[in-house]
Amino acid sequence: MGDAVRVSGLTVVRGGHEVLRGLDFTLRSGEVTGLLGPSGCGKSTLMRTLVGVQAGVRGAVEVLGEPAGAATLRRRIGYQTQAVSVYDDLSVRENLRFFARVLGVGADRVEQVLETTGLVPQADAVVGALSGGQRSRASLAVALLGDPDLLVLDEPTVGLDPVLRQELWTTFHAIAARGAAVLVSSHVMDEAERCERLLLMREGLLIADGTPAAIKASAGARDIEGAFLALVRGGAA
Amino acid sequence: MNLAQRTTHGSTDHVGITLAIAARVLTQLRRDHRTLAIMIVLPCLLMTLLWWMFSAPAYAPPYGLGMFDRVAPALLAIFPFIVMFLVTSVTTLRERGSGTLERLLAMPMGKVDFLVGYAIAFGLVAAVQSLVAVGLSVGLLGLDIQGPVWLLTVVAVVDALLGTAFGLFVSAFARTEFQAVQFMPALVVPQILLCGLFVSRDHLPTVLGHVSDVLPLSYAVDAMTQVRDSVDTGPVWGDLGVIAAYVVVGLALGAATLRRRTD
Repeated sequence: MGDAVRVSGLTVVRGGHEVLRGLDFTLRSGEVTGLLGPSGCGKSTLMRTLVGVQAGVRGAVEVLGEPAGAATLRRRIGYQTQAVSVYDDLSVRENLRFFARVLGVGADRVEQVLETTGLVPQADAVVGALSGGQRSRASLAVALLGDPDLLVLDEPTVGLDPVLRQELWTTFHAIAARGAAVLVSSHVMDEAERCERLLLMREGLLIADGTPAAIKASAGARDIEGAFLALVRGGAA
Repeated sequence: MNLAQRTTHGSTDHVGITLAIAARVLTQLRRDHRTLAIMIVLPCLLMTLLWWMFSAPAYAPPYGLGMFDRVAPALLAIFPFIVMFLVTSVTTLRERGSGTLERLLAMPMGKVDFLVGYAIAFGLVAAVQSLVAVGLSVGLLGLDIQGPVWLLTVVAVVDALLGTAFGLFVSAFARTEFQAVQFMPALVVPQILLCGLFVSRDHLPTVLGHVSDVLPLSYAVDAMTQVRDSVDTGPVWGDLGVIAAYVVVGLALGAATLRRRTD
C-alpha cells in the first residue's frame, strides 16, 4: 500500500527552541507504526504536526496527499491526545454522539466504537466517574468514530491492564488491516514488539526507522531497549 | 474559517454542528443542578432583597417613582450580563484546558460553529433566567412598567449574549479559571459604575460621560429604563442595535483567539 504520510526536513520551533530537528520519514497505509522514545523527546509535537494543530512548523509534511492541516483532512484523521479529551460531565455515549454529529457520522458508529473499546457496560456512566483506563478508552473511542485513514494515538495504552492492552493492540492491527495508517506513541519500550514498524526518537531526532527485527539486528541487541541504548551510545561515540 | 471556505467544503453541515454544540452545552448545564439553580434562582433572590430594602416607609415616594422602580431595571440588565460572562469564560477555559477544544478544531468544525453554538445555549438559559426574574419583579414585587413587559426579556437575552461574547474573548487571555474570574472586576464593574445606576449618565463628568457612551452595558440599562418609562419602543430598538453590534464584535474577537495551530 502507498504512503499515508511523507515528511522531509521537518523542524518545529517552540519558544525559540528546536523541539524537532530535521526529521525525514514516511508512514505506510496498512501498517501499525510505533513512535518510541522517552518523555519529552518530541513525540507529541510530531503527532500534533501530522494532525495539523502544531504551530511553528518548517519543512514538508504531506498527509494523505495534502499538506498537513488542510481542511479536507479533518474528517480523515483520528487523533487521541495525551490528555483525556472528552467531557467529564457527560456519559460515554453522550460524548460519542456529540463528536459523531460534529464528524457527520451516524449513531450506528457510536455503538460500534463502544464495542471496539469494550465500553458497552460503561456507556451510560458519566466519564468523570470512570477509572483512568476507562476514561482513556472513551477518548480513544472518539478518535475511532470517523473510521479514519490515518489514526494518530498519543500514548493510548498508558496505565491500562495487560489484558486490555493486548486487546487494544489487536484493534489497532485490525484497523491497519482495513487499510489505515496507524501511528501509536509510547514511552514503554516493551510495546515495540507489537508494531510492524518503529520510529525511535530521542531529543528531537529520529535515531532509528525500520522493523523491530531490523533495528535489533543492526544494533546487535536482543531487545529494543538494548538497541535504543546501543544507538544512543554509538551516536555519542 | 472564512465564508468562501465554508461554502466550498459544502459537505460539512455547519448548522448541524452548531446545534450539536448548543445541545451539548445545555446537557452539561442540565447535569449541573447547582449551577442551574444559582443561575435561575439567584437573580430572583437579589430582586427580592432589593424590593425588601426599599420597602421601608422612608423610601415610599410622595409622588413619582419609588426607589425599587428606579433601580430594578438596571439590575435586570446587569444580572444576565454578569452571570453569562462568568459561566462562559470558565466553561470555555475548561474546554481549552481539557483538550476538547483542540480535538474539535482538528475536526470539521468551523470556529463560528463553536461560538454560535455557545451563544445559542447561553442565550436560551438567559431567556429562562430573565422570564423568571422579570415575571417575579412585575408580577409579585410590583415593578411598574409602562412599555411591553416582553421587551424586558428581549433586552435581557441580547444582554446575556453580550456577556457570553465577552466571556469567550476573555477566556483566551486567562490561563486558569481563577484568572478568568478576576477579569470580572476589571471588565464588568466599571460598566456597572458608569451605566447610570449610581449617577445618571447625563450628570457624569464629561470624560466619564464619553466613556459611558462607549460601554455596551450603558445601552442595556438605557433600554430597560426606556421600557419602564414609555410605551414608545423606538429608542429601545436603537439601544438593542448598539448592543448587538458589540455582540458581533465580541464574537469576531473571540473567533480570532481560536487558533487551530497552537504551540
